[in-house]
Amino acid sequence: MANSPSTRTVALSAKSRMALMAGLALAWGVVPLLALALPAGNPLHLSDYALTLSGKILCYATVAVALDLIWGYAGILSLGHGLFFALGGYAFGMYLMRSIGHDGNYQSDLPDFMVFLDWKELPWFWHGTDSFVWSMLLVLIVPAVLAWVFGFFAFRSRIKGVYFSIITQALTYATMLLFFRNETGFGGNNGFTDFKRVLGFPITAPETRVVLFGLSASLLMGAIVLGRVLITSKFGRVLMATRDAESRVMFLGYQPLYYKLTVWTLSAMLCALAGALYVPQVGIINPSEMSPANSIEIAIWVAVGGRGTLIGPVFGAALVNLAKSWFTMSFPEYWLFFLGLMFILVTLWLPDGIVGLWRKLRSGRAAAPAAASAAPPAPAVPATPTAQPEAKAAGMSGRTVEGPVAKGA
Amino acid sequence: MNRLIACLLLFASLCAGSARAAMDPALLAGLAADESDDKIAAIAKVAALADADALRVLVAMSKDNLMIAGDKFYIADGDKLSDAATGAELSARPDGLDSLTINNRVRSALDSALAGLRLFSPNRDKRYAAARELQDSADAALLPLIERALKSEQDAEIRTLLQYAQAVANLQNADAAVRLEAAKALSSSSNPSIKSTLLSRLQKQGDSYAEADEKVRAEIADSIKQIDKRLARADAIARVFTGVSLGSILLLAALGLAITYGVMGVINMAHGELLMVGAYSAYFMQGVFRAHWPDSTDWYLVAAVPLAFFAAAAVGVLMERTVIRFLYGRPLETLLATWGLSLVLIQAARVLFGAQNVEVANPGWMSGAIEVLPNVVLPWNRIVIIGFAGFVLSLVWLLMNRTRLGMFVRAVTQNRAMAGCVGVPTARIDTLAFAIGAGIAGLGGLALSQIANVGPDMGQGYIVDSFMVVVLGGVGQLAGAVWAALGLGVASKFLEGWTGAVIAKILVLVFIIVFIQKRPQGLFALKGRFVES
Amino acid sequence: MKVAAKVPRNQDQAERENWDDSGSGRMAHPVIEGEPDLSHGVILYLEDITVSFDGFRALNKLTLSIDVGELRCVIGPNGAGKTTMMDVITGKTRPDSGQAFFGQSMDLTKLAEAEIAHAGIGRKFQKPTIFEHHTVFENLELAMKTDKRVRRSLFARLRSEDYDRIAQTLTTIRLENEADREAGLLSHGQKQWLEIGMLLMQEPRLLLLDEPVAGMTDDETERTAELFVSLAGQHSLMVVEHDMAFVEALGSKVTVLHEGSVLAEGDLATVQADQRVIEVYLGR
Repeated sequence: MANSPSTRTVALSAKSRMALMAGLALAWGVVPLLALALPAGNPLHLSDYALTLSGKILCYATVAVALDLIWGYAGILSLGHGLFFALGGYAFGMYLMRSIGHDGNYQSDLPDFMVFLDWKELPWFWHGTDSFVWSMLLVLIVPAVLAWVFGFFAFRSRIKGVYFSIITQALTYATMLLFFRNETGFGGNNGFTDFKRVLGFPITAPETRVVLFGLSASLLMGAIVLGRVLITSKFGRVLMATRDAESRVMFLGYQPLYYKLTVWTLSAMLCALAGALYVPQVGIINPSEMSPANSIEIAIWVAVGGRGTLIGPVFGAALVNLAKSWFTMSFPEYWLFFLGLMFILVTLWLPDGIVGLWRKLRSGRAAAPAAASAAPPAPAVPATPTAQPEAKAAGMSGRTVEGPVAKGA
Repeated sequence: MNRLIACLLLFASLCAGSARAAMDPALLAGLAADESDDKIAAIAKVAALADADALRVLVAMSKDNLMIAGDKFYIADGDKLSDAATGAELSARPDGLDSLTINNRVRSALDSALAGLRLFSPNRDKRYAAARELQDSADAALLPLIERALKSEQDAEIRTLLQYAQAVANLQNADAAVRLEAAKALSSSSNPSIKSTLLSRLQKQGDSYAEADEKVRAEIADSIKQIDKRLARADAIARVFTGVSLGSILLLAALGLAITYGVMGVINMAHGELLMVGAYSAYFMQGVFRAHWPDSTDWYLVAAVPLAFFAAAAVGVLMERTVIRFLYGRPLETLLATWGLSLVLIQAARVLFGAQNVEVANPGWMSGAIEVLPNVVLPWNRIVIIGFAGFVLSLVWLLMNRTRLGMFVRAVTQNRAMAGCVGVPTARIDTLAFAIGAGIAGLGGLALSQIANVGPDMGQGYIVDSFMVVVLGGVGQLAGAVWAALGLGVASKFLEGWTGAVIAKILVLVFIIVFIQKRPQGLFALKGRFVES
Repeated sequence: MKVAAKVPRNQDQAERENWDDSGSGRMAHPVIEGEPDLSHGVILYLEDITVSFDGFRALNKLTLSIDVGELRCVIGPNGAGKTTMMDVITGKTRPDSGQAFFGQSMDLTKLAEAEIAHAGIGRKFQKPTIFEHHTVFENLELAMKTDKRVRRSLFARLRSEDYDRIAQTLTTIRLENEADREAGLLSHGQKQWLEIGMLLMQEPRLLLLDEPVAGMTDDETERTAELFVSLAGQHSLMVVEHDMAFVEALGSKVTVLHEGSVLAEGDLATVQADQRVIEVYLGR
């Protein structure tokens, strides 16, 4: 085995590994130091607000990466990813609600909203949610099962493109209506809030926030690494091939259904994890997280950053959300104008997002051929994954010209 | 108020008919009896007179204006006081004047009696209303009155109602044969209150039934069954109507999209905002009429029809020229960009008209309702909207199938390059077609302004529904959209009956999601080898 | 011993005889799951296939069979149903009635596209369909016959012999110098060749080729004809083509389709002399 040609695909280059280490060190070393060790007056001190906002953005960025996995690489635009995010949030929120114990307004065994509705006992699906492990399982399993079942039927019927987008939107809309009902058992309009503690630690304590932040950062990096591993594998190449010419993939003997389903389910689970980390940081989850508008906003994070790249969505999510908090504080009435114009301008003039723009600027001299390849006949997803240059460098040129060809000829 | 007017009319008519004769004081005396039962019996006796005096006394009694002093009765009318028996005005107030007390049971007997008296009104509608009221509450005491009315009544409808009222009263008759006859007569009714009257006869009181005779009970049960059948049918008709009404609303919301998405293939997420533009056009026109032609405010809606069309079409042209045309053939990008457009439009509406919902009033000719069957009341605004949906639909159909423009649009959407080659100005056709689709959406919005809230966010609520209609019907299929809209409307209304509105909505969405999996092409699909690409 | 794509004629002859042996034997021949049963020497069998789109009959009781190792040309005017026939064979279109068998027992009307491809039918589209954003090498890698399920793909690694096979095919289709180029940047003719190369990597038993030389230079066309002739025997081929020179160069049996059914069958000269064929092509 030692002398057989090793992998053609190096998932992580040395540089990426360095970046990863630096990111982890930042999240678990520097940030806690700034937030906890420095006094509040210090200019470098990280306030609670800043910490929560960054933690929130990290969760959003994970969602964006998850959406990009299916949109950028498989060409499937989901307008219902907010649903998986919210389901993850709700599943973990159940645990947080149970952790309130008797400290709620009614000092009851039941969560406050159930007392308010005059319920006498927990609905069956609440059983076991006082266990952290069980609720974490729910966080992963519920969205995964929903995504799998929905995806199985949708992909099997070859629903794609806009049709798929619209029915995912309908799905999240329908679920939102369901969760708005009090009888559904998830707190209706108000959802879950007033959490007190997580795993016994007070939820608003700076230390807890720092840990949640670190976990969010790790989740994001994990999502990027996972994405990188996926798209540099043969699986990733089949996936991208499906995006570009699905019928050819089928006639080659692959079943696109299971490829799509795998990445779709994975993406949903990543969203759910992000949602589960999001809820303790912002302290609330309600059905409006499932509104179609929220899900479609995720798409614009990805588009702004640059789809078909793994780092683009992170930038996109950060940029759009920072802009959002700035606008909603300074010029609330202009936020929608700004967001709307961003949707329009990015799709019209920045089809490859910031990352695409940066690349174009950096390789200014190679502008002509790049432009040619940037406008392929089917411009639905004109993306060149980051992994490809490395893949080529790592394996191809040497081998194809060497031995075998010489032997064969 | 209505009742008062009716009474006065009746009063006038009865005055004309009968000479003024004093009432028998003995009759009046019963009205002051201690026992409610006696009071009720007295009321029936007074009512049986069926003359102006009876009416005067009973109306006064029901308005707590009947006074007693000693054994004489008086009627108070503001400061004036008159003798109840003769109607003569009094100059001095007698001593110990006291008003009669009436409890609920007495009051309802009194109301029935008054209804009985109104059976003699010259106004047909009043008689009709009175006869309807009596159906619900007739009892044996009123029988003579009803029978008298039956003798003189010419109107067939009212006669039928009176016969029912008679039968209801006869259900308490001592003679089982009469009761049997009454039960039989009631089987042809379709009134739920008659049903409950019949049901009460079947109830057990202690050991015995309210209706003692077994044969009569069987007959009553049979009649109930027949009434139930008729009620179920009326209920179904009402549901179908509200369903068709909802369907026509969905259709109006979706028709514009059926053109922009269905025919042109543009995923216009700002479609809801085009509806909003139409709705605000109605609001704007209403303001203009109120300011300048307050007398003809009712007609603002008619004037708003062209405004809604052209305002929305203008917005559509702007959207197409600035954004959408650069994205043809890139559906997902179109989706995102038009979503952006929708956000901008929403914010623009907030800036222009405020963030709150605005009030758009129904014109007078759209309010009110017609009753086609007992319990089936069709509001006029719904009927107008169904008609309007038909009007817009035929407009679209004519436009697409009977005009040169429609032909061009169809040509461009089928084969853009070829259409260009034979000299069709494709870019202009695109703009025009989109403008028409947007204008139709504006008309839809105008209709929505009459039944739903008008506000900057109103469009968001329709976008999912509209897409569902178009997708379910089959993209590019006008007929499909119609069937899908009506089908969804009727189905949701029937589901709502069983599950409540929210669950019905969810079920419908789930149904569509499942349906699309089974038949991605929609209800009416083109089949062919080019379909998939 | 398989060194190059060009297999000596006699070896393939030997393989055919093997199949014939098992077919003529009295013993029931073993039928392997997922493998076509070729015991009767027929690889593709279409009977009475009818497909209609909105009342238009694209195929009308089409009956056609192809022998193992045969090279068959299908010609016919536009709308004769050539592409629809391929759609039926590859599972893209389901016939309204009729039967389609791969070998003796594999019912193509009941299998999904991927299953049919897996069973050994490869298809080249009229318009070259390749993965434009993948390199030529990756295109071939994806086409290579292997376990194509998700789990395998996640952890798939190319082995030495896989590189060899890809290199061979690159040579066969003369794209060895383009291996690292993005396939979308190839010329039209090169794309056609790449698609053919992908079919070869699939190692199908039956190749369906829809207008494979459209857009090729004369030189390229000639080489394509040579390649197809050399493939026959080892594989079965069905070639749909308008280019009569190319059909002539293949020198195979020709089937003429017209209005969804077979009009004539035979060698090119016979078919060309057929009065009905002349009428169809030249008009009445």
